[in-house]
Amino acid sequence: MRWRRFKSVLGARDREFVRDRSALAWNIAFPLLIIIGFAYAFTGNQLEHYKVGIIGPSEESLVAFFDIKYLKLIEIKGPDLAKEIEISINKVQRHQLDMLINTQLKQYWVNDSSPSGVMLEKVLSGSGGVDYQKQSVKNEQVRYVDWLIPGVLGMNMMFSALFGVGYVIVRYRKNGVLKRLQATPLSALEFLSAQIVSRLWLIMAITIIVYIGCQLLIGFAMYGNYLNLLLVYTLGAFAMISMGLIVAARVRSEEMAGGLLNMLSWPMMFLSGVWFSLEGLHPWVQKLALIFPLTHITEAARVIMIDGAGLIDIWPNLMALIAMSIIFLLMGVTLFRWE
Amino acid sequence: MQPIIQVEQLIKQFNGVKAVKGVSFEVGEGTCLGLLGPNGAGKTTTVEMMEGIKRPDNGSILYRGEKLGKEFQRQAGIMFQTTALQDFISVREALDLFSSFYPQSGDLQQIIEDCSLAAFLHQDTSKLSGGQRQRLLLAIALVNKPDVLFLDEPTTGLDPQARHNFWQLIHKIKQQNKTIVLTTHYMEEAYELCDRIIIMDHGEIIAQGTPKALLAEHFNDIVIQIPNSSALESLLGSTPDHAGLDITRHQQGVDICTSDINLTVQQLLAANVSLNGMQIRERNLDDLFLELTGKALRQ
Repeated sequence: MRWRRFKSVLGARDREFVRDRSALAWNIAFPLLIIIGFAYAFTGNQLEHYKVGIIGPSEESLVAFFDIKYLKLIEIKGPDLAKEIEISINKVQRHQLDMLINTQLKQYWVNDSSPSGVMLEKVLSGSGGVDYQKQSVKNEQVRYVDWLIPGVLGMNMMFSALFGVGYVIVRYRKNGVLKRLQATPLSALEFLSAQIVSRLWLIMAITIIVYIGCQLLIGFAMYGNYLNLLLVYTLGAFAMISMGLIVAARVRSEEMAGGLLNMLSWPMMFLSGVWFSLEGLHPWVQKLALIFPLTHITEAARVIMIDGAGLIDIWPNLMALIAMSIIFLLMGVTLFRWE
Repeated sequence: MQPIIQVEQLIKQFNGVKAVKGVSFEVGEGTCLGLLGPNGAGKTTTVEMMEGIKRPDNGSILYRGEKLGKEFQRQAGIMFQTTALQDFISVREALDLFSSFYPQSGDLQQIIEDCSLAAFLHQDTSKLSGGQRQRLLLAIALVNKPDVLFLDEPTTGLDPQARHNFWQLIHKIKQQNKTIVLTTHYMEEAYELCDRIIIMDHGEIIAQGTPKALLAEHFNDIVIQIPNSSALESLLGSTPDHAGLDITRHQQGVDICTSDINLTVQQLLAANVSLNGMQIRERNLDDLFLELTGKALRQ
């Protein structure tokens, strides 16, 4: 591999992308618009619903409490109840549950910084729960937008990686750019490496711009380490660029490439937990989602940003992304044809 | 002359249809070889196999006695029939990009001058005119100081001025003793530029040699061109065999092919056909091409 040739192709591809003003603007504007749109759509009172987790059987003394119209009762159970309780307390901390009640131990948990929690506490004491012991938790509220941003950033990377590499290489093949390059000493490895690196750094630059833009415009939670987050997004972008290479390897028609890329991106968009949690979906669907790089990017980025998770917590996601990158890259490079 | 390229029994088929059926020829160093043929004759497929772009199903191509490889790739300059460049790239950037692919490169400033590109160096390549674009593609084919240059229909779609300008460029390149393999539909172009021509049809070589030798081999007559007149019409109408003359009609009049010009002129005068506007021309490559490949429209 000749460094000079690689650098030339890399520079040419970068210039092509940066000079295509409309595509560049769209790459930045699209995720911003989505995040701002959803942030507004899911703020306000329209989804207000008091969510109360219940550990143990319903108690007759609390019938009046349980009968409150806007109360959604969520039964906490499972083979490892202690673990489930721990998760539920965490959810109270993050305002995913407004209150948690253990009817056996006559205990309840609320977050003192949550208006809903404080109000439910008053209602509980006036509805037969006066003898229940309060267990306080405190934490910053996790808004929907905080939950959404890690996935939307990943989703934007997905579109940019798949279409920016897959579609572009197919276009090069169709209009004869690849044929002309084939007639030079440039090797396929040099050409593909330049495409990957060019797209990778462009994706990362755009993701950082969008991240800062969102932080300035609407602000969101980030409790983890920035380097860990950068690692997740870089590995994720690499895995999805490599996935785009498989589509680009031999396809000659842009329509065919568009169809294949949509076939990959749409299931990922809806089944990778970007818009809604995969909890509650059929277990088979949850398993299926694990084959998508976007699922691992979203999961890992979300726990870093919301929970401040470290590398040890996300290593299964990192391993999955590394394995996918290697497999996709080998397939893409092996299958690649200039014509 | 020492052959720089030797093509032996080249065969290529696509989906069971043979596009090239065992062609063999040589290209002498420092010469210009023209590959002519109707659409679908197999000339572009042959050239692309010679360029190393397509792999032959059978046969061999030797460059300086060796199989095509890295050395050939470094020493070949290629201008395809249709070439796209990346979007949003200027003329200068395109030249620099392709130049960087080769360990050796020509004098870019000289190439820019020769190809008259200095005025467009910073222009986006997508905004060039047809002639400017072809000159850029030729310049790109020259960036590695190639010993052998492949030009696949380089002047198709150009206006006469641009075409003549392009021919001048090729003449300059020929003076540098470079070997050129040219495919074209324009017989005038082949006659102007090529030292030897090969005419292909249905994937086979049907004639090869110098243009003059081929014309001499296939024709021993000349063409008398007579403009339309009433006497000419009456001559054509009165005798079903056109008085034994080899006549081809066209919009402006008729072409009469004859090996005895005196006799034909006497016949015309005897039939009261006016010779005003009469022209006499030698046979050319157009005649040869149509003679060998027929006049019927190809599908």
